[in-house]
Amino acid sequence: MISESVVDLSRFQFAMTALYHFIFVPLTLGLAFILAIMETTYVISGKEIYKDMTKFWGKLFGINFALGVTTGLTMEFQFGTNWAYYSHYVGDIFGAPLAIEGLMAFFLESTFIGLFFFGWDRLSKAQHLGVTWLVALGSNMSALWILVANGWMQNPVGAAFNFETMRMELVDFGALIFNPVAQVKFVHTVSSGYVTGAVFVLAISSYYLLKKRDLPFARRSFAIAAIFGLASTLSVILLGDESGYELGDVQKTKLAAIEAEWETHPAPAPFTLFGIPNQEEQRTDYAIRIPYVMGIIATRSLDKEVTGLKDLMVQHELRIRNGMNAYAELEKLRAGDRSPALMASFQENQKDLGYGLLLKKYTPNVVDASEDQIKAATKDTIPNVTALFFSFRAMVASGFLMLLLFILATYAVAKRNAENKPWLLKFALYGLPLPWIATQTGWYVAEGGRQPWTIGEVLPTHLSASSLSTGDIWGSILALAAFYTVLLIIEMYLMIKFARLGPSSLHTGKYHFEKADAQNHAAAEAQS
Amino acid sequence: MIEYELLKIIWWVLVGVLLIGFALTDGFDMGSMAIMPFVGKNDDERRAAINTIAPHWDGNQVWFITAGGALFAAWPMVYATAFSGMYWALLLVLFALFLRPVGFDYRSKLENKKWRTSWDWGLAVGGAVPALVFGVAFGNMFLGVPFTLDETVRSTYTGSFFALLNPFAIVCGLVSLSMLCAHGGAWLMLRTDGDLHARSAKATQLMGVIFLVCFLGAGAWLYFGSIEGYSLAQPFDTNGVANPFTKEVITNANHGWMNNYSTYPITMIAPVMAILGSLIVIASAAKAKAGLSFLGTSFMVIGAILTAGFALFPFLMPSSINPVASLTMWDAVSSKNTLTVMTVAACIFVPIILCYTTWCYYKMWGVITNKHVQENSHSLY
Repeated sequence: MISESVVDLSRFQFAMTALYHFIFVPLTLGLAFILAIMETTYVISGKEIYKDMTKFWGKLFGINFALGVTTGLTMEFQFGTNWAYYSHYVGDIFGAPLAIEGLMAFFLESTFIGLFFFGWDRLSKAQHLGVTWLVALGSNMSALWILVANGWMQNPVGAAFNFETMRMELVDFGALIFNPVAQVKFVHTVSSGYVTGAVFVLAISSYYLLKKRDLPFARRSFAIAAIFGLASTLSVILLGDESGYELGDVQKTKLAAIEAEWETHPAPAPFTLFGIPNQEEQRTDYAIRIPYVMGIIATRSLDKEVTGLKDLMVQHELRIRNGMNAYAELEKLRAGDRSPALMASFQENQKDLGYGLLLKKYTPNVVDASEDQIKAATKDTIPNVTALFFSFRAMVASGFLMLLLFILATYAVAKRNAENKPWLLKFALYGLPLPWIATQTGWYVAEGGRQPWTIGEVLPTHLSASSLSTGDIWGSILALAAFYTVLLIIEMYLMIKFARLGPSSLHTGKYHFEKADAQNHAAAEAQS
Repeated sequence: MIEYELLKIIWWVLVGVLLIGFALTDGFDMGSMAIMPFVGKNDDERRAAINTIAPHWDGNQVWFITAGGALFAAWPMVYATAFSGMYWALLLVLFALFLRPVGFDYRSKLENKKWRTSWDWGLAVGGAVPALVFGVAFGNMFLGVPFTLDETVRSTYTGSFFALLNPFAIVCGLVSLSMLCAHGGAWLMLRTDGDLHARSAKATQLMGVIFLVCFLGAGAWLYFGSIEGYSLAQPFDTNGVANPFTKEVITNANHGWMNNYSTYPITMIAPVMAILGSLIVIASAAKAKAGLSFLGTSFMVIGAILTAGFALFPFLMPSSINPVASLTMWDAVSSKNTLTVMTVAACIFVPIILCYTTWCYYKMWGVITNKHVQENSHSLY
């Protein structure tokens, strides 16, 4: 049995490294497309300024991309180093999309990114444009396969348990790819990346407009970001709503926890706008509820119920008890008993095996669990309601703020008066953290809301961790934290330096600081 | 439908192909950066060396990432057991790899001399450490790794990080380090000129000699030393489900892991190729023949990896404390469905990858001179 602290530390390390990785990934996804749009405009219009835009935002893209690649390596290593039993138990299914991601997407993105940076003089205009689009396509397909893998963790379709190999095995690859959860998550996640890229370009362009420098460059960047951002934000919100509907179907517990729905309300359920969830007492204090809205979001109907957490826990307890039967039968099968009655019965009960495994946290034999242990395991089936409730609201609030920002920005672009509205430019500049608040809390809602499972209703998180010592994991957490902190400081330093410098960093001789330099030079020469 | 047995063999070959692809491409990135601070004496030369791989290192690194993904998907038990067991070795590789993407992109963004020198050494560590550790890890496979599996197929490792650093494994680490350094040196010979080219040729030759000595040394150690290889008791059902406990392992009838070479003499082609490659390198690097040297180092890389793979076959990760728990390519493998899907994906995408990768090299080919670096100071790494 692995100790609680090993599991908690492994979870902490995973969350830390995944959230850190996810600082850089959304920006890569979004900027890649914005670069492709800018370069397409260059090729069609023939105006050099769009080439400069592609190169300058490409420079910032590169600074961000380097850390995205660096921190992505950790993710690939970590399933093996820290989640070994997970890798054994579901590698048959989970590994395939990751390997295909490498073959289909990551090779494409990474091979062409070199040509994007260094191929300007060696490729024709059309070839280079093609390269830029392939980078964008590669990064998005990469996200697709990662989310196919992640969608399966949330909703494990197309797979079955094999008692001979003691693991889950792939049955239907089509079901894995067309997993509705994966599809919805993919569009929601890549769109959130586009929004991140758009806010990034909008905010930094606003800074130049506020400083009144490189105006033609900044104006055009602002316009592309505003329009691209508006379309993307709408897509994220619509698809986020679609996610809510999917949850109502396949992840009822996560949905109820996000909404702090302790009781099953008569249909259509109300939506809790605000409140203070109390997990101990299983109620939400100071709740402000809007009637009907929850039922409509989650079930798209007025007559279907949204099951509350208390009722879900009653169902979970039954499944845990049946899971104990499944585990007892599994032990007999592993010992060599192949009687048809046993096989048939296990076939019937194995859907609850995962619930039985929840008891492993309390008793390694599972079948000898006491009533108290069953009660404790049942309580474990509910994720941290308070954290989910507030993370979700932070995500949604940031989303709507960004929607407002992009509506105003697009309107200003249409009226051609953005630079005369300092309040709007400041909103854009200080709104820069919004997409990161939304994506980081969004990650937590998706993955924290999956607890106590790594694979929904199949494999509990506490079983998934490697058999390591707490010392090992403390060591790696400290080393990773040290590395990541230093890298973040360096990245931020370069990013801020080059963002402030703006297109002058391209050394074309056309932009603000270079002109200032040239004027100073001229003045100095005139004096001498 | 392809037989399960054949699929298992296909994936043993394909993981080998990905490993060789990694060593051939990312290998010269790592090797050239490992020797860069030594062969490049000033900023221009070092930048020239870095910019020979600037457009390619990221694509090349995907060979490594995909090999890792394929390991996860095709041999999940090996991925789980090796990565969690050799925890600190893997983290060491990871931390070294951290230095590469940021090193390449950030190094030349500031003029500061200290900044650049620090990143140069960072890139050298990022090349040398993984090359060394991979060899050490391979060496430990020959000795057996102290792990076992419980009845739920959970792996537990009972060794320590320092136990991995035994003398035999260190010789294997030197084989791999010198191999990739030679390969990187030959790459720099192909793509640079002047003093940098001349120093790279010298380094390549030296590394070729070290490789030859260590490679022969490791082979002799296996043969004359008291290292016992494992073999599978027959009959063994190669079509069976992936359950390591269904086999019997014989631990005293495969002296020095040489059985496969005597049973199938054709496999001798692998060590011969590695030795021949190093002889070509030693001869042609002296005359600064870049193309021939690169051919020689490529032979070394392919030959050395195949030598290890052939010797261990069908074992992937032998267990020293519970031989029956040893992982083989017959029983640590994914299900038939997964292997089928992955085979289809590999057949479609590997040829496409080879096509566009070749196109990229073709487009970016040419010698990077100091003058080129000075003229493109703001757009190059």
